Amino acid sequence: MEIKDSYKLPLSKERVWAALNDEDFLKKSIPWCEKLERRSETELAAEVKLKIGPMSTRFTGSITLSDIDPPNGYTITGSGKGGIAGAASGSAKVKLVEDKDTTSTTLSYEVSAQVKGKIAQLGSRLIQSTAKKLSKNFFGSFVKQLEDMDKLK
Amino acid sequence: MSEGIGASVTRKEDKKFLTGKGRYTDDINRPGQTHAYFVRSDVAHANIKSIDTKAASSADGVVAVYTGEDVVADGIGGPICGWVVPCRDGSATKEPPHPILANGKVRYVGDHVAVVIAETLAQAKSAAELVEVEYEELPAVVDLEKASSATEIHKEVPDNCYFDWELGDEASTDKALKSASRVVKLTVRNNRLVPNAMEPRAALAEYDDISESYTLHTTSQNPQLTRLVIAAFMFQIPESKLRVVAPDVGGGFGSKIYVYAEEAVCTWASKKINRPIKWTADRTQAFLSDAHGRDHINNVQLALDDNNKIVGLRVDTICNLGSYLSAFAVSVPTYLHGTLLSGVYDIPAIYTNVKGMATTTAPVDAYRGAGRPEATYLLERTMDAAAREIGMDPTEFRRLNFIPKDAFPYQTQVALQYDTGDYEPQLDKAMEMIDYKNFETRRSEAAKRGMYRGIGVSTYIEACGIAPSAVAGALGSRVGLYESASVRVDPTGTITVFTGAHSHGQGHATTFAQIVSEKLGVPLANVDLIHGDSEKNSFGMGTYGSRSLAVGGAALVKALDKVIEKSKKIAAHLMEASVEDVEFKEGKFAVAGTDKEKAFGEIALAAYVPHNYPHETLEPGLEESAFYDPLNFTYPSGAHIAEVEVDPATGVVKVVDWAACDDFGNLINPMIVEGQVHGGIAQGIGQALLEDAHYDENGQLLTASYMDYCMPRADDLPSFKVGYTNTPCTHNDLGVKGCGEAGAIASPPAIINAIIDALSPLGVTDMSMPATPQKVWKAIQDSQSIAAE
Repeated sequence: MEIKDSYKLPLSKERVWAALNDEDFLKKSIPWCEKLERRSETELAAEVKLKIGPMSTRFTGSITLSDIDPPNGYTITGSGKGGIAGAASGSAKVKLVEDKDTTSTTLSYEVSAQVKGKIAQLGSRLIQSTAKKLSKNFFGSFVKQLEDMDKLK
Repeated sequence: MSEGIGASVTRKEDKKFLTGKGRYTDDINRPGQTHAYFVRSDVAHANIKSIDTKAASSADGVVAVYTGEDVVADGIGGPICGWVVPCRDGSATKEPPHPILANGKVRYVGDHVAVVIAETLAQAKSAAELVEVEYEELPAVVDLEKASSATEIHKEVPDNCYFDWELGDEASTDKALKSASRVVKLTVRNNRLVPNAMEPRAALAEYDDISESYTLHTTSQNPQLTRLVIAAFMFQIPESKLRVVAPDVGGGFGSKIYVYAEEAVCTWASKKINRPIKWTADRTQAFLSDAHGRDHINNVQLALDDNNKIVGLRVDTICNLGSYLSAFAVSVPTYLHGTLLSGVYDIPAIYTNVKGMATTTAPVDAYRGAGRPEATYLLERTMDAAAREIGMDPTEFRRLNFIPKDAFPYQTQVALQYDTGDYEPQLDKAMEMIDYKNFETRRSEAAKRGMYRGIGVSTYIEACGIAPSAVAGALGSRVGLYESASVRVDPTGTITVFTGAHSHGQGHATTFAQIVSEKLGVPLANVDLIHGDSEKNSFGMGTYGSRSLAVGGAALVKALDKVIEKSKKIAAHLMEASVEDVEFKEGKFAVAGTDKEKAFGEIALAAYVPHNYPHETLEPGLEESAFYDPLNFTYPSGAHIAEVEVDPATGVVKVVDWAACDDFGNLINPMIVEGQVHGGIAQGIGQALLEDAHYDENGQLLTASYMDYCMPRADDLPSFKVGYTNTPCTHNDLGVKGCGEAGAIASPPAIINAIIDALSPLGVTDMSMPATPQKVWKAIQDSQSIAAE
């Protein structure tokens, strides 16, 4: 499964890049994320609870960052096990491009993901729409948080 | 006799089943019973790096956790291959090991990795989540056409090719293709199906440490064969130490012929823990691990001469047999498929090559029709394509090429000899039933409503009554295919029939009793049937391939003849007459030319209370057994005509009318036969319009529930018009041919031909199965965009 999308964020590239590397900030942007801990420069441990179609599942897994090119982007690779529901793995290439006026940044990402087990058997039709919905939620709250912080300043 | 052969009596089974009193494997419970749950691979192809069962073993209620290592340690073998064929290059079919719990490698999603046995099913399921399996993933092999160059699945199977088999005369066929005035070419795919018996597979295994014997209750179409395979080939224990019972079984369609890993694991483990073990598949497990059906790609070339007579047929097939060779996987695309390629047509040259491929998908084996639907589909699609090309009515083109009535027995170019048949009257009758000649009026009327209406024909033949043992053996079967029957007459004349056939929806308790009633003149209520228990029944080969009546029924007739023969001797003694003068008619033994007679019950009583009995020449008692090995296959045939309406706005195909005219030989119970025809057509409509087992490129089964795998429902079906012609089978006493698979064999090409006919005004010439609304709608859109250019 492949998903490609991009978001225009009303922020400088450096702000977006800093936020993308702040696990506490990321965790707050992911409402379904129950745990996100940095283990090393490039390793994070994550626990997320997702509802895919008829299944509500808690995934535990690890996330690795690679191709790190500050402040232009990185590749996130992750895999998680959802117990009896199966497993998911995938990677996302994230790229940041500053717009000409330097007041906004376009974040684009390309996700390729695989699902296994019950999620594939029962929920495959719903994966694409679920993933789209989740990424929309994520970037929505990502931007909102950054904006809220600006207001507080 | 109103209850005998030919009477549509209601089924003796129905009271039990309709009132929920059926007793299936899962209904049976034992004191101290445990529950098994299988840890299945969620990846299609991988080496197993490690399995950690520690946490699972100490979880609540867990009795034992076993893996492939335990199976190897106990020397337990896997299911065997029941049929093999020679390859073109002279080598044998490649038979890789098929471990009952994965041994270092998994080869499909659903492959059995470990079993967790616990006090309750919930505990077994929870603990199964704690089994940690570390996989080293390998590329999945899903695309059938690329399987030969994909990653090797078994080291014993080079190029992922189990066999490369041929039948017929290649030289003369290619010559016919070369010199023909027209060669019609078509590539068709026979979509992959999941059998979906209403009752999922189940097992209840117990071990008695006093008698040192096992009892296995399981969902089997042939419990005797299950017993033989598990005892002799997998466990290597005395066969007498294993009893296998297949109680009420809720449908099989082929999927319950084979021995599967689960029942063997439960049987093996029941001794290890010395407690009964119950396992029942849930629906998703059934989707993942029941043997699937069909999945062929056929390249067809049909050669015609100037007069539109067929002069040659070449079919090159690759078929998907999945991750392991299931018991009869090899026979389905070869001798149950290649041998049927002549269809009902006189074809002077035929050649076929079949490559059986391994992929990382569930094993594929027989499913209702098994090989014959695939042969019928490619042939009947090609017949229509040819008729369209030459601008001839498809019924006229078929008629022109039918084997003529006076050509029987007819020797085909692909091994079979048809004993009898008459194909034109079948087609005539089906055309009359559906009012073929006025179809164009109905097409115009539909067009006024904005609908595309089409009509499609399929004239099929099948080979049933599997099978003459010597022939089957020569073709690669490792078992004989006879059947057994015993008739036990009680002192008061009531009768118990024991058969090696197994009823899982066929209504044997009724039809077999009708045969007894007809032959002995006893009421149906006095006849009971016992089947499915290795402790009670003689060795038999079970039920599949529409064989129960043609082979098992014929064995029953032989046993009944022995009962009559002995009864005549008893009657002759009682009436002080010579045996030659005793006549048996309508349940009474009479001395010819006199008014002396004895009822059947009186003879039975004399046999068991032998105070006045010819002891010097006859043993007391009245109980006879017989084994029957058929002389040939039987050849049911027929014409099915479907009428469909396609809604161009949605692509939805509605089957609006159906006429089926079949020749099953003599009918024992026309009502049950009609039910079989209805069920078969329903499954064929399912294949043609709705059903498709789909794996993604990683080998994940995406259609593993009824949300994604669409079964036919009542509102998908029209009211069927069913009729018959009859050319009785020449080589069994009942003159019967078998009817269980016909509907599923005949129907898919009739529907697809009808859809193509409906859309032919738009220029649509091809349609693949299943013809889903999306696919049909797209074909309509594509044809319109071509027209617009």
